Amino acid sequence: MIIKDMMPAFELYQPTQVADALVLLNRFGKDGWKLAGGNDSLSWFKERAKRPKAVIDITGITELKGIKETPDGIEIGALTTLSEIERSPIVQSRYRVLADAARRVASPQIRNTGSIGGNVSQDARCLYYRYGLACYRAGGNTCFADTPEGVNREHALFDTDRCVAVSPSDTAPALVALDAKFVIRSSKGERVVSAEDFFVGPKIDIIHLTSVQPEELLTAIRIPKDWAGAHFYFEKVADRDAWDFALVNVAAAIVVTNGVIERSRIASGGVSAVPKRLNVVEEVIKGKPQGADIAKLAGQSAVRGARPLNYNQFKIPLMSNLVTRAVRDASA
Amino acid sequence: MATKLIGQNFVPHDVVAKVTGRAKYAEDFRADGMVFAKLLSSPMPHAKIRHIDTSEALKMPGVVGILSADDVPAFPPPQTPILAKDEVFYVGEPILAVAAVDEQSAADAIEKIKIDFEQLPHVLDPLDSLYPGGPNARLSGNVAAALINMQTVKWQASDFADDKVLPMGKPAETWSYGDIDAGFKDAKLIIDESFVTAGYSNHSMEPRTAMAYWQGGKCFLYGSNQSHTAAVPNIARYIGINPKDLVLIAEYCGGGFGSKIPGYPIMAVPALMSKKINRPVMMRITRLEEYAIGVARPTFQGRAKLGFAQDGRLLAADLYIVHENGPHIGAGDFRSAGNALSFMYQPKAMRFQAIPVLTNTPPRGPQRGPGENQLVPVIEPLIDKAARELGIDRVAIRKLNAPDGNSKIGGDQGPVTSAFIKEALDKGAAMFNWDERKARSGQKNGTKVTGVGIGQGYHSAGSNGFDGLLRLTPDGKLHVHTGIGNLGTYSHSATARVAAELLNVAWANVVIERGDSRLGLPWNSPQAGSLSASTESRTNYVAAMAMKAQLLDLAAQILGGSADDYEVGDEKVASKADASKSITYAQAAQKAIDLGGKYSGKEVPDDINPVTKDGVAMIAGTGLIAVAKDNLPRVGVTPGLTASFAEIELDTETGKFKILHMLTVADCGTVLHPQGLGHQIRGGNVMGIGMARLERHVYDPKLGIPAAALLYQAKPPTYLDVPAEIGFAAVELPDPQNPMGVKGVGEPPLGSGASAITTAIADAMGGHLFNRTPVSTDMILNELNGRPQAHKPLQVNSV
Repeated sequence: MIIKDMMPAFELYQPTQVADALVLLNRFGKDGWKLAGGNDSLSWFKERAKRPKAVIDITGITELKGIKETPDGIEIGALTTLSEIERSPIVQSRYRVLADAARRVASPQIRNTGSIGGNVSQDARCLYYRYGLACYRAGGNTCFADTPEGVNREHALFDTDRCVAVSPSDTAPALVALDAKFVIRSSKGERVVSAEDFFVGPKIDIIHLTSVQPEELLTAIRIPKDWAGAHFYFEKVADRDAWDFALVNVAAAIVVTNGVIERSRIASGGVSAVPKRLNVVEEVIKGKPQGADIAKLAGQSAVRGARPLNYNQFKIPLMSNLVTRAVRDASA
Repeated sequence: MATKLIGQNFVPHDVVAKVTGRAKYAEDFRADGMVFAKLLSSPMPHAKIRHIDTSEALKMPGVVGILSADDVPAFPPPQTPILAKDEVFYVGEPILAVAAVDEQSAADAIEKIKIDFEQLPHVLDPLDSLYPGGPNARLSGNVAAALINMQTVKWQASDFADDKVLPMGKPAETWSYGDIDAGFKDAKLIIDESFVTAGYSNHSMEPRTAMAYWQGGKCFLYGSNQSHTAAVPNIARYIGINPKDLVLIAEYCGGGFGSKIPGYPIMAVPALMSKKINRPVMMRITRLEEYAIGVARPTFQGRAKLGFAQDGRLLAADLYIVHENGPHIGAGDFRSAGNALSFMYQPKAMRFQAIPVLTNTPPRGPQRGPGENQLVPVIEPLIDKAARELGIDRVAIRKLNAPDGNSKIGGDQGPVTSAFIKEALDKGAAMFNWDERKARSGQKNGTKVTGVGIGQGYHSAGSNGFDGLLRLTPDGKLHVHTGIGNLGTYSHSATARVAAELLNVAWANVVIERGDSRLGLPWNSPQAGSLSASTESRTNYVAAMAMKAQLLDLAAQILGGSADDYEVGDEKVASKADASKSITYAQAAQKAIDLGGKYSGKEVPDDINPVTKDGVAMIAGTGLIAVAKDNLPRVGVTPGLTASFAEIELDTETGKFKILHMLTVADCGTVLHPQGLGHQIRGGNVMGIGMARLERHVYDPKLGIPAAALLYQAKPPTYLDVPAEIGFAAVELPDPQNPMGVKGVGEPPLGSGASAITTAIADAMGGHLFNRTPVSTDMILNELNGRPQAHKPLQVNSV
């Protein structure tokens, strides 16, 4: 730390139209940086660990704000704040799991400035990576966390590949549970991807946690009607009950008919580089009566294949218990 | 006595400024031509500085100067240096400062500075350093503290045979009293546990920012400090000037918790940079820098062996503390911890051993109840274990072993002024409905289980020998001059009310003079060590008595007769025989100015401190001035004590718990300011919750870089981690050795609050002892699921 905690200079652009933002992103490519609420970006800048040439502040683009109803469900603009989502009547009544997840992000101040697009796009919180060390995720060729003595209490149980950092987002698992689609635009056009294609692990891209390219912009998240009004469950366990990242979180959408689980989508954060969809759990509980017995099995199945590091073994019972609770306690 | 002000709530004068943002903290000041300084800090935990090349930095636009170790006073190691020279001892240690027209330019210039480091072995865990062949935190040794010379100590490998038990090699300090061998022989139950308490940063909300300039040969320093006059000599020493040449402006302080008691080394950097470049210099300290230089609580690795009689009486105690002292002179927590154990539980015999070991982590210093407060959260669960095994009520075993006013303290078994912790335990138990609540202990409700906790806290809470300074002005105002400082406890105002009460002055007619050396401030205690409420009650008492005598004297001079013929009433002095014969305080003030001499501060008593004399000289001739030294007797330690109670509900599936109910009762003598007492108790309890469940230093063992530096990583408790209501009360029994009966209360609620939580956790978990703070979510989960803990039993700083 020769010098830290002091933001270096950058060029600042403040477009008010998506089209203008896309021109700028195209122009600067890897030297450009998309700034929304700033809760992740500014800490990177202050650490002097990421030093973009140009910062494109998209917060003036009004078309990216707000929640609107569509024939297929709802569309949430990427700049919609977490506070708006947590308070939105339509989200609360039909897609409660997302409101519950948004409400558990950080603190009221951060939720007032933090956007849904930023929350799902935020970078990993691994100590070493944030410190600016040349680890795999930073383009280097080592991992400091995946060692016998490394600080890895908050790291991954699953799907690690050189990097063991986790997805820190609370809303991401909820969006996976809701089968959300991510609308990504660039000057070449628009693509709409599922959560599975939006969030990426180190096997696919060790540098980024999402598939959004430098010249692309996440503009909206669409939530289909399929899971509206399902039984929902969200729970986050962190050391502190506010202003803290999840040790583990879980989000579930479960369609229960006459007490029997018809179908479900369940995801867990804080356990892998992506919000981990728990397909095995979904299989295990399908067609079974919702209750304590199947919930226990669900919890056991959730952690099969977990490969803990030295300090994060507690995440195995934690994740297992949270999945048990989700299946047991999900309610309309 | 019937009181108008003492024991009543009031709104302190500066509250409106604080809530409206008008209050000026160090960072808010500006001066013409002011430049900004930034620090270059060590990237390594331990290294030699072989060469520094600043040539490129000096060429950068906007740069106006560089200050390095050669430009600042040097102090003999292991005193904390202002800037590192030759050797750096922890990541984040300041090496030099660059001043520029703005912070951006200074930071960019710092990146151009080339330093040739030679990396040296570093150490985070004291036991690693004590192991044969283990690394030393300094080239000059691995053991040092105040009164313990720098030395190298290595224990025998055989001392470390059992990794679950604290090795106990040769200590650096020891004391004992009584026959502990006989005590353990007679004991019915012996509890012998090794423990760890995590160190963590004070993390004051306001970092130690300072702005300085020089004018007329004096250094004007705008800083953030807990104390005022008590800090001036020390800050002057850091700058290398006569205390008379330092004008300290420190009206507000955004928290210190012990880290800003007598000033601190980095204050000298803007002061000396300003002298060097002849411009005002502002140095804003960032959160990361505050973490590095802002003082941290020392870690303990300890072992307590306690021998109890059948009836629960503590017969013998054997305490060993390996105190992690950071890289410099650090703190004396180990000593306070030994004293606390001897006093709080009154063992009939006790041995205390300790060794302060240096590590390559940030410098240690006092943090709210240094030593006492990290010890009790690991000792109180042991007291509960004894209660359970001996079949004694948990309140009863504490009362049985509790001190009273005749009890002794420490290795030399010295006296105390009073102790009413038994009364606090009784009052707390009644408020808490102890008998009803304890029946819920271990009760299950679905996945939840109830735990009931009880904890005690202690810190010495009063001093004497400082000066009081009062001034009546011809407008009838009573000016209470105070050098205490403004930490946020409002003891500056609460103790001013002592003078107002004794002189029958309405609170609206009281002006508090503080926060700026130019106002004429007396030599007062630091605002630390739970001292100021008790200590400055005394100084304002003696000054009020002196003023009273002067008022009577002046009345006699104006109206005739002798002083004995008069009495003071509501802001006037009247004849006892004829109440219509009177002078107002305003008239007395004018008369004092006319008479001069001892009445207006032109002459002062010989025994007052030179700092007070300088202060009086600034205001002499402006009113009736009463100045006096507190020569009232005080024999022994003045103890402040608290008892806390808590009920928690622990979710066995998540390892998380909610604090359902919490309250604390204080033995703090006469309560000056009930609301202030509530703030101190609630604030202390909240910090205790942080200590019990959340806060700890974590470092990467290979790189020595901090993992708990920023606030979101360090995890002080948030609103949602503490109960919405924390109850409070006091036993309201006066201390016989304070004229107003006052004792302090700032520190003990942290320890008692933390202990109420650790004992509640143990209670919820069937008496399981973690023997470690903080008890984090992962530890609870591992234990509940039959998994081994991830950390080694005595591991510190890397977990």
